[in-house]
Amino acid sequence: MSLTNDYIKQRLVEKFGEELTSFEEPFGILSFTAPAALNLKVMQFLYDDEELQFRFLTDLTAVHYPHQADAELAVVYHLYNFREKVRLRLKIFVPVAAPKVFTATKLFESANWMERETYDFYGVEFVGHPNLKRILNVDEMTYFPMTQGIPAGKTRRVLIRMTRCLDAKY
Amino acid sequence: MARPVQHNTKVKMVEIPKGYSGEGFFATTFDKAIGAARKNSIWPLPFATSCCGIEFMATAASHYDLARFGAERMAFTPRQCDLLMVMGTIAKKMGPVLRQVYLQMAEPRWVIAVGACASSGGVFDTYSVLQGIDQVIPVDVYVPGCPPRPEAILDGFMRIQELVGQESLRRRHSERYKDLMNSYGIQ
Repeated sequence: MSLTNDYIKQRLVEKFGEELTSFEEPFGILSFTAPAALNLKVMQFLYDDEELQFRFLTDLTAVHYPHQADAELAVVYHLYNFREKVRLRLKIFVPVAAPKVFTATKLFESANWMERETYDFYGVEFVGHPNLKRILNVDEMTYFPMTQGIPAGKTRRVLIRMTRCLDAKY
Repeated sequence: MARPVQHNTKVKMVEIPKGYSGEGFFATTFDKAIGAARKNSIWPLPFATSCCGIEFMATAASHYDLARFGAERMAFTPRQCDLLMVMGTIAKKMGPVLRQVYLQMAEPRWVIAVGACASSGGVFDTYSVLQGIDQVIPVDVYVPGCPPRPEAILDGFMRIQELVGQESLRRRHSERYKDLMNSYGIQ
């Protein structure tokens, strides 16, 4: 029997009940939101379960939603089941003021690099990461460049001014 | 039948610096003689990081022929070079490397920033790109263009030649030059 999104959802709801929310299937990939404290438990369950077997971390990144109070940063995990060729997307939300997330490095070695990258660009603190420091940007950088609200560069300032001029004209 | 080997009969000579000449002697100043020698034997160090580097390769190849200016001798060790040619986007992480290369060059040394990126960051107005190499090292000539055509690079090179030929031998010991170096934190 092939692994269907409905079955995965059913198993997750059986195990975690009301904790998991916002089930969606954009582009056919099952996506859902978990409480930040449960990220490891959910992934461990998906990893260990004999039928689900999500044992590969395809991608890990963050998204900044500046207007969502107390849930500005989303950390997104893309998991993959090699045997059934099924993908899955897990999101957790944390406030930008205290972006603490448990590290997935104990479960997936590949999370080491990706969590450092996510820290570098979004400032997400992965609690328990063995070497959480900048990986791509210069060490002297004092901000997290992919979070929104940092001052606009000269090109963006010009674009904003041009847009204003056009708005005034038409 | 024509000979198989043809000789270039249109050899151009560099102009002799101004001076006094008579039968069996020629007198001029050290500034001019050394300037003429230096400007016609510049050893460039190509620091090519992106598309401007490709344009530079065309500049150095036979069609545009940088060798006409006495600069065919590229060297890839900074210690032998006179002219640092920075061609392409310099990421902030590359900044210290570029500075190190500059510091390893012996005086007198010149720098040419080729293209929009090396001069000002160009279209890469972003957190990871150095907004012009003059934030880390002093620059003598800026060549505009994205990328500049080989003619523009040659024009920039000829302007460097002008600077080299006219430079006073005392310039590198002057207070003004020391102030410039100090403003970049170079002793």
